[in-house]
Amino acid sequence: MSRPALDERRLGWLLCAPAVLAMLLVTAYPILYAIWLSLHRYDLRFPDQQAFVGLANYATVLTAEVWWRALFNTLLITAGSVAVELLLGFALAMVMHRAIFGRVALRTASLVPYAIITVVAALGWRFAFDPTTGFVNALLGLDQAWLAERWSAFFVIIATEIWKTTPFVALLLLAGLTLVPGDLIRAARVDGATAWQRLLHITLPLMKPAILVALLFRTLDAFRIFDTVYVQTRGAQDTESVSILAYQALIARLNLGLGSAVSVLIFVGTIVIALIYVRLLGVGVLRRAGRQE
Amino acid sequence: MPVQSTRISWLIPALTLLLHGCERAAPEGPPTLRWYVFKEQSGAFEEAARRCAETSRGRYRLDLADLPTDADLQRELLVRRLAAGDTDIDLIGMDVIWTAEFAEAGWLLPWPEEAAPSVLRGRIAGPVASGSYAGGLWAAPFTTNTQLLWYRTDRVPTPPQTWGAMIELAESIGPDGRIQAQGERYEGLTVFFVSLLASAGGSVLDASGKQVSLETAPTRKALEIMKRLASSPASDPALASSREDQCRLAFEGGGSAFMLNYTYVWPSAQANAPEVAEQMGWARWPAVEPGMQSHVTIGGINIGIGAKGRHPALAFEAATCLVSEGNQRLAARMGGLPPTIAALYDDPQIRAIFPFAEVLRQTLADAVQRPPTPVYSDISLAISRTLHPLREIDPERDVDRLRAAVERALHSEGLL
Repeated sequence: MSRPALDERRLGWLLCAPAVLAMLLVTAYPILYAIWLSLHRYDLRFPDQQAFVGLANYATVLTAEVWWRALFNTLLITAGSVAVELLLGFALAMVMHRAIFGRVALRTASLVPYAIITVVAALGWRFAFDPTTGFVNALLGLDQAWLAERWSAFFVIIATEIWKTTPFVALLLLAGLTLVPGDLIRAARVDGATAWQRLLHITLPLMKPAILVALLFRTLDAFRIFDTVYVQTRGAQDTESVSILAYQALIARLNLGLGSAVSVLIFVGTIVIALIYVRLLGVGVLRRAGRQE
Repeated sequence: MPVQSTRISWLIPALTLLLHGCERAAPEGPPTLRWYVFKEQSGAFEEAARRCAETSRGRYRLDLADLPTDADLQRELLVRRLAAGDTDIDLIGMDVIWTAEFAEAGWLLPWPEEAAPSVLRGRIAGPVASGSYAGGLWAAPFTTNTQLLWYRTDRVPTPPQTWGAMIELAESIGPDGRIQAQGERYEGLTVFFVSLLASAGGSVLDASGKQVSLETAPTRKALEIMKRLASSPASDPALASSREDQCRLAFEGGGSAFMLNYTYVWPSAQANAPEVAEQMGWARWPAVEPGMQSHVTIGGINIGIGAKGRHPALAFEAATCLVSEGNQRLAARMGGLPPTIAALYDDPQIRAIFPFAEVLRQTLADAVQRPPTPVYSDISLAISRTLHPLREIDPERDVDRLRAAVERALHSEGLL
């Protein structure tokens, strides 16, 4: 490399340094500290009994029935909400893309749920499904205590999540839709491709990067679900998510060691999810991107 | 660059403002003590604090720091601050179950020998025990509370003596005979269980507080009653998600004949549902077997002194004032909170506020403590988790499950 190029490169690094340092400070340090804590018995209620315990906290978590149940619950909520969000979000994106009248109004209106604070949305849904104060039972002519039973509670939690984040998915997919060249679609129509074929063979493959991003963001988000569950059931009726477990151990029991072990496992979970997506969907996308260059 | 300089010139005053906001106002005049206590709606605590500051003749001021009304949330907020060594906490309005945990963690100052007698004189034994741990006093008894059986005099001629009799009676009344109890998965479920267990002659921990007790026969009896209640048509369909307040609302709605709840339901019914209040009777919590007495868990608030507070001597003085007879009367009159001074239960004014004073006094005399251990919240989680939902209890199997769960919690092992 020539001298000026090297200088430029160094300057680039120097300019990035503050950002890198800030990132290290606000993300790497807490992560490393959590890992350090997770290897210790560290309970704030018994400050004298602090000790290094190796992987004992992980063993405790991984052998606890509660952890696996919470993991199952979390994956259930994740799968249920993300799948429906993707379908609805796609439909919504199509509508927004094709809309001729009131485009701005439509896009703004569809974003309203996403703009509402999660805790407020969760409370709203909780009140709506409440047997005494809610309107849902009256509307459906039911006498159901929705949040008092496991599956109906899951239904309410997942529905809240879907309602709240579908606009986000729709927005990401809308960005993907605008990338599909109109000429290509018209050419396909001339060639006699049906609407279904155009969607399946042209629109969807071209949107793959946008779909990947939407899925990845939403899955990672949904996997860490906390507020909706906390507000609606507080984890009762066996609806606990892994984040609720971490909260119980860290905040309610002040058992920083055990709680950090749960947090680190959640962190590992998110990495695994990210890797799976990149493997399953990403490789093709990356390869195609490489070919286009 | 004009753009940047204007941006910076705007930033500097904003930052200065922000930094000033963080600073405390310069201390002028007497020190201000902070009393962390749940938000009491009637304003009785504010009034008591005002009176105490007044009688101190300007040696301290006493401010309230409001905590949430939900006991779990109060504790979460407090322990986070206490564990971090917050010096802002001078006085703490403590739920009776926090004594052992806070004392063991070193978050409280023990009451000194010379100050303790004045806050213990004439107090009922149960509340005193709730503020004591390991031979010392950690929190001065202020108000107390316990559950009674509330029933509809128009549907129930004489209140039932036992759980069995009550469930049968409720079933015979039909749709208006519902029993309101706390079945949600939270600390209130533990309270329900501990009361049943104590009434059956058992206890969660042994006398030392270090070993699990849960004797088989009483534990099974308690579980059988919970199961029977939950599977009876007389229990509320929302039992699995009902707390004290849902019970109160349901009872005020009129469709219930019985309710197990604290005394605050009495003033509430008079204010919200006078037609129900007119028909509202009270009795002792039902026993588990005929001829036995019920033993109900005790609630209420004690006042502890934060270990990291800036003015401990003044804090003890203020706490002594807050729990004095005058302020207990005030709390009773304004907030409907039962006093801890035994003699007040004979006072005509107090009897006018609590027409059920006699039953309350008898219940308090036989009351039991929730397990006095630093890991109470873990044990409570273990119990409420194992027993929820009540309708799925299997008394045969769950005695062992419960024992194993409490054992793990007691040694602060495992996830809960």
